[in-house]
Amino acid sequence: MMTEKQTMKTVKTGLFYVGAVVLCVPPVFVFVWMIMTGLKTGVQNIAYPPEFIFTPTFENFRAVFQQHNFFRYLVNSFIIAGFATVISLVVGLPAAYSIAKYRQGKIGLIILVARMTPFVSYLLPWYIIFRRLNLIDTFSALIITHLIITLPMVIWLMVSFFEGMPSELEDAALIDGCSGLQSFLVIVLPLMRNGIATSAIISFIFSWNQFLFSLILSGPKTKTVPVAVYNFISYGKIDWAGIGAAATLIVLPVSVFAFFVRKTIVQGLTMGALKE
Amino acid sequence: MKTVSSAISRFIDRRQAFVFPAPAVITLSLIVIIPIAYNLYLAFNKWTIGLGQPRFIGLDNFIELLSDERVWNGVKVMIYFSGVSLSLEMVLGLCIALYFHRNFRGSEIVQAIYILPFAATPVAVALIWRIMLNPEIGVMNYLLRSIGLPGSLWVSHAHTVIPALVMVDVWKWTPMITLIVLAGLKSLPRVPYEAAQIDGASPFQTFWYITLPMIRPVLIAALMLRSLDNLKEFDMIYTITQGGPGISSETLYLYSYNVGFSFFKAGYGSALMVVVFLIVLVFNVVMNRMRLSAKNA
Repeated sequence: MMTEKQTMKTVKTGLFYVGAVVLCVPPVFVFVWMIMTGLKTGVQNIAYPPEFIFTPTFENFRAVFQQHNFFRYLVNSFIIAGFATVISLVVGLPAAYSIAKYRQGKIGLIILVARMTPFVSYLLPWYIIFRRLNLIDTFSALIITHLIITLPMVIWLMVSFFEGMPSELEDAALIDGCSGLQSFLVIVLPLMRNGIATSAIISFIFSWNQFLFSLILSGPKTKTVPVAVYNFISYGKIDWAGIGAAATLIVLPVSVFAFFVRKTIVQGLTMGALKE
Repeated sequence: MKTVSSAISRFIDRRQAFVFPAPAVITLSLIVIIPIAYNLYLAFNKWTIGLGQPRFIGLDNFIELLSDERVWNGVKVMIYFSGVSLSLEMVLGLCIALYFHRNFRGSEIVQAIYILPFAATPVAVALIWRIMLNPEIGVMNYLLRSIGLPGSLWVSHAHTVIPALVMVDVWKWTPMITLIVLAGLKSLPRVPYEAAQIDGASPFQTFWYITLPMIRPVLIAALMLRSLDNLKEFDMIYTITQGGPGISSETLYLYSYNVGFSFFKAGYGSALMVVVFLIVLVFNVVMNRMRLSAKNA
């Protein structure tokens, strides 16, 4: 015999698991559909009713690499996201440290403006400038524009990490005769390695996902993966199978990254809005 | 040599508050402030890229856009799309955050799966949605029909295109609202809840009179952050409909892009971009007022 309290508890637990299923179905369904589209043939992809059970083929993945040169685009995206992230860290870390330590809120204002301005407002001037300098379709142009997104993000994230840092160790280093720069490089940064790793991953994801800047400023030499997958529809016929394979290749790495930083990712997006 | 390096080191030490942020401030000025200034300058000029030089025309661009039908269409689409998607994301995001706030066994895994869409490359998942929403062969219509409902034209018809795009936006971005609100819920003080429990308040009363007022500033902050990207939604709409059918899903932002990069009218396009910026700015200033007054209430 179950008591009333036990029954209530069972019902509640049951409801939680119903909720869990309801929440998991939409993301899982779309992700599974993406992978399935990549594993079906072109004919299977336009069949109606849609096929749920089929013999998977890796032909599309092979075609994406061999006919569409997808490896090149993956490397391009990797180079651009990598450089944008490293530069953001080198330039952003001391700034974030200083903002946290000396409460330099005014610098935060520039970051807010950067975040609020429509990307197109940067893109048009940059397009005109880069065209004049013959820098369209160069890595420099793409890295510079991606910094508009990654640098403010790294600074804001790191400010909140630095603010949570205990100051005793740093004080001890200063007493031991370290210079300010030494203690920053030797004491502070190693202490912050988790925060730095998180910021780097978030910055990388946002650069990797960036579409608009690359759409206009990249070309055959520097095309990034979001533009490459988009181009599967712009050449007349739509290649669903190719899109499925390419989308899988683009989305899976960032999803794995995001999994590891899901606890701190919210800080990167809220940019300190929860504090004050 | 040694004295030089120690002199530099001493200079950095003395002026740390100035030296440390300097590279970032210089970089941001170059990559952010200069293009914004150039954009403003162009907004007061008439210029088609590749044809002659910019010519100063004062406010003419802004006067022209008042009588441009596509501008008004863009404003209408923007209000429709953003109004519905932001409302849905806020309500769902709050409900789901409350759900996750009660830690149950396995909630970690559920949460990890639930937030999958939000880091996914927008263009890639938007293309998958485009396949799924195809009226003839798409799996969405297949699922609807298999439970006895009629299929929809989704993004292929002017009447259904915005609701369909809203659905994709809600799918992708509700997790972000959930994460922010959940962080807010976790930071709430426990004392009022203990008092409510002693007073025998019902769960709904507890939510309505304690949680909601306390969480309001965080809700508004989440709305502000989401609106920054939502009012400037580009990747998803451009990938799925390119503003179509016709111009039925062309937001003001998308139109400003088309004017700049399809018609190459840099002056007029810049004026439109300034208007988009002002809309985002005004919305956020108003929201920030609300947030601060909710905080002090």
